[in-house]
Amino acid sequence: MAHQSSYVPKTGFTRWLDQRLPIIRLVNDSFVTYPTPRNLNFWYVFGGILAVMLVVQIVSGIVLSMHYVPNADLAFGSVEQRIMREVNYGWLLRYIHANGASMFFLAVYVHIFRGLYYGSYKAPREILWILGVFIYLLMMATAFFGYVLPWGQMSFWGATVITSLFSAIDQVIPNLGTAITHWLWGDFAVGDATLNRFFSLHYLLPFVIAGVVGLHIWALHVPGNNNPLGIDVKGPQDTVPFHPFYTVKDGFYMVLFFIVFLGFVFYAPNFFGNPDNYIQANPLVTPPDIVPEWYLLPFYAMLRAIPSKLIGVLVLVGSLLTLLVVPWLDTSKVRSCRFRPLMKQLFWVFVADCLLLGYVGSQTADAAWHFGEAELPLVWLARLGTLYYFGFFWVLMPWIGKKEVTRPLPESIAQSVLAKGGH
Amino acid sequence: MGPAHKSAGRLKIYAASCRNPLHNRLSILAFSSYGPRYFIAGARLATTDEDTTLANATSPEPTRRDFLYIATGAAATVGVGLAAWPFVDQMNPTSAVLAMASIEVDVSAIRPGQQVIFKWRGHPLFVRRRTAKEVAEARAVPPSDLPDGLARNANLTDTAPATDANRTIKPEWLVVVGVCTHLGCTPTVSTPQSPQGSYGGWLCHCHGSEYDTAGRIRKGPAPQNLAVPPYAFTGPTKIKIG
Ligand code: HEM
Ligand code: FES
Repeated sequence: MAHQSSYVPKTGFTRWLDQRLPIIRLVNDSFVTYPTPRNLNFWYVFGGILAVMLVVQIVSGIVLSMHYVPNADLAFGSVEQRIMREVNYGWLLRYIHANGASMFFLAVYVHIFRGLYYGSYKAPREILWILGVFIYLLMMATAFFGYVLPWGQMSFWGATVITSLFSAIDQVIPNLGTAITHWLWGDFAVGDATLNRFFSLHYLLPFVIAGVVGLHIWALHVPGNNNPLGIDVKGPQDTVPFHPFYTVKDGFYMVLFFIVFLGFVFYAPNFFGNPDNYIQANPLVTPPDIVPEWYLLPFYAMLRAIPSKLIGVLVLVGSLLTLLVVPWLDTSKVRSCRFRPLMKQLFWVFVADCLLLGYVGSQTADAAWHFGEAELPLVWLARLGTLYYFGFFWVLMPWIGKKEVTRPLPESIAQSVLAKGGH
Repeated sequence: MGPAHKSAGRLKIYAASCRNPLHNRLSILAFSSYGPRYFIAGARLATTDEDTTLANATSPEPTRRDFLYIATGAAATVGVGLAAWPFVDQMNPTSAVLAMASIEVDVSAIRPGQQVIFKWRGHPLFVRRRTAKEVAEARAVPPSDLPDGLARNANLTDTAPATDANRTIKPEWLVVVGVCTHLGCTPTVSTPQSPQGSYGGWLCHCHGSEYDTAGRIRKGPAPQNLAVPPYAFTGPTKIKIG
C-alpha cells in the first residue's frame, strides 16, 4: 500500500500470525490507519454502500437459490408460488434481492457521476476508473441474467431482445451472428437451455465482481482517494485516518440508505418492477411494449434512436466502451469541476441528458409529445440525446479541456478546509 | 548425451537462418517476449554448473533446457486449445434440440384474411391466408421500394429477389417465421379492423418495424424480410415445416 504501515501486533498470537500471514496488517493499513483526504463530502459515501449492497445481493441470492428451480416449466412457479407464498420469509428475501438490484444501480450511478464531476478518472487513477467501468458492465450482465430467472414475460422477451443484439453481426459476416445467438441460447430460440445457463452465470458473476472490487480498492489505495478539490494530498495535515472518521460517516449514510432501501422493500416492493413479469413467459406472444429495467433505459433509448439495426447496436456498445477511454478524452489539467466553470455546466447538461434518455427509453417506440397541433416524436429527443452523449465525451471533453479558463486552485486541502472554518 | 541433446541440435539447424542468437533459440514458437529473461537465467545455471555438454551464455548453441522449454510450451498451447473446444461447443443446441426440428400442420380452418400462429423450433410461425386484395397489394410494390431485396426463402436460392411470387409456394398461403428480424419480438398482425403500421402486414411494437402483406420489411430498424422457413404442402391444406 502507498503509506508506511503503522501496525504493531500486540499479542503473542498476532505477532506469530503477522510473520506468517499479515492479514491483520492488511486490514489495518487499508481500513483503519489508511490516510484519507479530510475534505471528502457526502458524494463519497457510495463506495462503501456499493460494497455492502454486493454482500446483500450475494447473501440473499444464495438463499433464494435454495428454493429456485432453473427450468422453463418450473421456474415461474418456483418464484411466484414457492418463494413468494410458501417459503418462510421467501417474499422478503425476493423483495430484498429484486429491490437490492435497483438500489445497487442507484448507488453505482451516483458513484460514477461523482467520479466524472471531480475528475477522479484522471491520472494517476486511470486504472481505478477502468476497473470501475468493468464492475459496472459486469453488474449489467449479472442483473440481466437475474432478471431472466423468474421467467415472466419481460424476462423472456428481454432475454430475446438483448441476446438478439448479437445477430447484428450477420450484417458484417453473414450467418455468424445467428450462429452466435444459437450458441448463446443452446436452442433456436430462448428456452430451457438458455434459462439454465443464465442461472449458472448469474450465480458466478457476482463473485467475479467481488474479485474486481478487490482490484478496484487496491488501485484506489495506491494513489489514495481523490477529493472534491481534485488536488493532490501534500502531507499529513491534509488527511485523517479512515477509522474512525470515515467509518462513522460511511456507516451513518449507510443507515439512511438502508431506510430508503427497506422503505421500498416493505412499502412499495413492486415500484421498480414491471407488471408483465407476473405473467409466465409465452414464446408466442410479445407484450405490447417491452421495456428493460430502469437502469438500462438510457442505453435502450439510444438503441431505438437509430433506424438501422447494425448502427443501433454499435451505438449501444460504443456508448459503454466510451467510458473506458474517458481518462484520455479529458485534456484538462484541472480535475475537479469546482474549478472548471464551463465543464461544470456541461456536466449537469450531461446528467439531464441521461435522465432524458432514460425517460424516452421508458416510453413506447412511437410515442410523441403534443403541443396543440404540433407533435414532437420522442425518437427525435432520443437522437438529440444520443448526439449529446457522444458529443460530450468525444468533442466537448477534449476541446473544452484545452480552451477553458479554470479558476485558481487552493494551496492545499488543509488550507482550503481551515479557511472555511473547518477543523 | 541422450536423444534430447540430438533434438536440440536439430533445432539449431531449424532456426539457423536468423542472425540474432537469442532469436535463434527462442523465437521459433514466438515465445520471444519470455526468451531473453529465460535465456539469462538458464545461462547462469549452465556456467555455475560448469556443464560443458550444455552451451554457455555467449555461445549461440541452444541448450537442452531451451528445447524442453519450447516443447513444454508447445504441448501446453495445443493442449489448452484442444481442451477449450468442448467447453465452447457444449453451449450449442443439443442433439435432442436438433432432432425435433420439423412439424406438420393442418391449415384448413384458417379463413381468408386470418393468421394462425404455430410453434416451430421454439419460435412463433405465422401461417396467413391472404385475401386477393392483400396479394395484389404485395405484387404492386416496385422492387426499388424494398429495403431488403432478397426473398429470404429457404426453399429458393440465397440470391432470389424479393418479389411476392418468391415469398410463397401458393400465393394464398404466406408462411413465415414470426420473429422480427430486428431483435426477435413477435410482430402483431394487421387486419382491416385493427390496422398495424401502414403496410397492411405486421407491426413490431418493440421498436416499430413495419412489414407488408408479403412479410417484407418496409420501414423501421429491422434489416431483413421475415424469414420463409423450409416447407412443403403434403396435401391441399397440410403443410410440413422444417
Ligand atoms: C451483483 C449482484 C446481483 C444482482 C445485481 C442481482 C440481480 C438480480 C435480479 C435483478 C433478479 C430478478 C429479481 C426479480 O425480478 O425477481 C435476480 C434474481 C435472482 N438472483 Fe440475483 N443478483 C445478484 C446476485 C445474486 C447471487 C450471488 C445469487 C446466487 C448466489 C443470485 C440468485 C438469484 C436467484 C436465485 C434469482 C431468482 C429469484 C428471484 O427472481 O427473486 N443473485 N437477481
Ligand atoms: S424487435 Fe421488432 S422492431 Fe425491434
